[in-house]
Amino acid sequence: MRQPEMSLIFEESEPGRRGAVLPALDVDEAPLEELLPQDMIREAPPELPEVSELQVMRHYTELSTRNYGVDSGFYPLGSCTMKYNPKINEDVARLDGFTNIHPYQPEADVQGAMQLMYELEASLAEITGMDHVTLQSAAGAQGEWTGLMLIRAYHEANGDTHRTKVVVPDSAHGTNPASAVVAGFDAVTVKTDERGLVDLDHLREVTGEDTAALMLTNPNTLGLFEEDIVEMANIIHEAGGKLYYDGANSNAILGWTRPGDMGFDVVHLNLHKTFTGPHGGGGPGSGPVGVKADLMPYLPHPLLTHNGEKYTWDYDRPKAIGRIKPFYGNFGINVRAYSYIRTMGAEGLKQVSENAVLNANYLLKRLAPYYDAPYSQYCKHEFVISGRRQKKLGVRTLDIAKRLLDFGYHPPTIYFPINVEECMMVEPTETEAKETLDAFAEAMIAIAREAEEEPETVQEAPHHTPVARLDETTAARKPVLTYQASLEKDTAKS
Amino acid sequence: MYRYLPMTDQDQRDMLETVGAASIEDLFHDVPEDVRLKRPLDLPKALTEPELKRTFMQLAKQNVTTSEQPSFLGAGVYDHYIPSVVNHVISRSEFYTAYTPYQPEMSQGELQAIFEFQSMIAELTGMELANSSMYDGHTALAEAAVMASTQSKKGKHKIYLSETVHPEARDVLTTHVKGPGCEVEQVAARGTVTDVEALSEALDEEAACVVVQYPNFFGSLEDLKALRRICDEHGAMLVVKSNPVTLGVLTPPGHFGADIVVGDTQPFGIPAQYGGPHCGYFATTKKLMRKVPGRLVGETVDEDGKRGFVLTLQAREQHIRRDKATSNICSNQALNALASSVAMTALGKHGVKEMGEQSLQKAHYAKKALEGAGFTCQNNGPHFHEFVVELGVPADVVVDRLRDRGIIAGFDLGRVDTNRRQQMLICVTEQRTKAEIDEFTEALVEVAK
Repeated sequence: MRQPEMSLIFEESEPGRRGAVLPALDVDEAPLEELLPQDMIREAPPELPEVSELQVMRHYTELSTRNYGVDSGFYPLGSCTMKYNPKINEDVARLDGFTNIHPYQPEADVQGAMQLMYELEASLAEITGMDHVTLQSAAGAQGEWTGLMLIRAYHEANGDTHRTKVVVPDSAHGTNPASAVVAGFDAVTVKTDERGLVDLDHLREVTGEDTAALMLTNPNTLGLFEEDIVEMANIIHEAGGKLYYDGANSNAILGWTRPGDMGFDVVHLNLHKTFTGPHGGGGPGSGPVGVKADLMPYLPHPLLTHNGEKYTWDYDRPKAIGRIKPFYGNFGINVRAYSYIRTMGAEGLKQVSENAVLNANYLLKRLAPYYDAPYSQYCKHEFVISGRRQKKLGVRTLDIAKRLLDFGYHPPTIYFPINVEECMMVEPTETEAKETLDAFAEAMIAIAREAEEEPETVQEAPHHTPVARLDETTAARKPVLTYQASLEKDTAKS
Repeated sequence: MYRYLPMTDQDQRDMLETVGAASIEDLFHDVPEDVRLKRPLDLPKALTEPELKRTFMQLAKQNVTTSEQPSFLGAGVYDHYIPSVVNHVISRSEFYTAYTPYQPEMSQGELQAIFEFQSMIAELTGMELANSSMYDGHTALAEAAVMASTQSKKGKHKIYLSETVHPEARDVLTTHVKGPGCEVEQVAARGTVTDVEALSEALDEEAACVVVQYPNFFGSLEDLKALRRICDEHGAMLVVKSNPVTLGVLTPPGHFGADIVVGDTQPFGIPAQYGGPHCGYFATTKKLMRKVPGRLVGETVDEDGKRGFVLTLQAREQHIRRDKATSNICSNQALNALASSVAMTALGKHGVKEMGEQSLQKAHYAKKALEGAGFTCQNNGPHFHEFVVELGVPADVVVDRLRDRGIIAGFDLGRVDTNRRQQMLICVTEQRTKAEIDEFTEALVEVAK
């Protein structure tokens, strides 16, 4: 349903209202001019809203009704693992003993937090088959960059300063090549073959003495397992490079295989994907990094250690790459992930991957008659389909995505990976019931039929969302990024 | 039984049949035999919800919290009151279980909330625009320094980094610049502020930017006017890291002409939670808009001419530009940005100012009391709600002794500077009562004897 334009919180403001009141100052007040130099005293208070507490709640509640989360409905956004976010995780993460502790308190006063982190590190090391895990990094992209910095330090320590290239498949997440560049490498692309897997011959071609690493997601972003992984690991290792595992898709392999056993030297995990940290509308996440023993000396400061009695932070590690983040990582997200791991246990996690893979294959099978499925083998936890058949009818993948909004679904990831035309990347996850998959399939089938019989219904979608399609071109051409700029624009108009 | 997994045995049989697979095993046939895990993962046994809750409460109970004991710790993470509405808003699952708003028509709530966050940050910092958030204040600073140096003319690649910036932020920046290969020049402190004269002499034409903190790590206020002038003389950018809770009171860096202002919005609505997740912010000028890292939300209209919001200027970002992107950042801290927005909204124009003012007043009350008790404050010039006190005995000993008395002491500066082993960085926010400050002063007198 179209909804009326919503006011900005600034537009609801009236002088004199307050949504929170502090206790009165209980010490003698000194004139501000005695405490601060005149030119450092702000002339006028910042123009923040003035609203009552109920107005705050109404405003944000209204905003929330114009948003959509996993609790709202099916969210098959490929490579994002939009699974259920357990409520007990939210409860335990909000325990006073976890929220109200300062990172610089004496270690003796935060042993419970440190124990939790230590146990989580051990669990993640076991799940990934790595020798050590650090919880430092804030998200997947920071994990990638951290991993590459470790590899860089390793090569430099060996005098291998000519290794300037990081090989990245053309189907890789955009963060992979971006992280390679931020870590000071050049990104080199390796092609995907007709099987949807890394082209081994091309990999041999682009790998050489200047190769620092190969970054790989397995299963890859097409949802396919790189079955030549052992051979790929050999190619990279024989050339003296390291193998990096992008853990964005680890929801497919829990308990079945481990990056460490496949030959990977470094891995990052997205705890806000596989391990149920909520996405929060774009973070916060957590991107722990695991390494094999030869890369351990380079792990960032500080490293959590345990001597059998006491947990301590170790800063005395001369080869460490330095600090990558303040304090000890996104602890609050790590609490949630550990809560999930303790809930599922080994058997449960294995079942997670099995159900995720079966759900994906089932949905693929149901959609395959109506949309082009470019690859014939079984997929893992996600799959891609192409809208090229519909494109010939004048209906683009973007239109299909917008039409799905009318059916009350979040669309799949679209136009990614970039090597599949009119791509839709679908990841149902294991927490969805068969009935949900069936209902979604019916909606997709209905849209395929509409594309043939009444394409304008799809082309003009969405019809039932709070707003119609938005003008993104003007937004980028004449950017208005703040309320102030918005006001200036209005003044200019009148 | 797993309550998060709805697939029944019957479902599994039916679905396998549809797929045409004989077993689950079939679906994993492409995982080579020799890389398969042939044993169960070695993890602690699964817990039901009541067992889990008990286990986690046990762990949580082992920690001493700032809600049980008065805390004088700041040093980058601050104890301010969090209005109750904050948790109620961020607990709405339409917000916290959503992904990045890639589909604007069904994400207007999140997009508008981010637009409002960007507006509040721009207003507080006195800058023209702000992005949707960064991981934290320290990585935001690192990105700012790199942006300034890659943005500057060829040959201008040096980052002049003041020693009065938070030590961990300096470490993060130093690690971060290894990739792009920027050079970092340390700018010495004179007492507790940046040595402006030394900087003026050291700065050369290769300077891309000067990086300072306001208020700085020691709580002192840098002379941004002088720093701006020096930067202008050498065509360098001024990058300022700033605690936003102080900017309701202080002249914001933008009014002094800062090019980039970053920091962490943790003081607004985000608990300390052992150091993260917090929420970095990144504010800058229109001139630098197209080089900003991370997400930006812009205002636009829909097909019916109605106001709406979208992610914009995405040609900067990794998912479009890949290796040509301005940064690799993807997930940021959206939910925490929302928490800060709600806190800033509830406190409002005057509450934000008052929170800063009360902290400033109480810190000065504490300083006066400590000076009255014979301690000397090390800050030269004005400071905000943190200050450095010379104890006369090692600070780590004082920390331990106060711990025995149920007080969370200030930051032992010996941890970051061996020349400051007898100094403590004390933080007083509006949360500390007069009684707590008086008790702290008395305790400090006794334990520092």
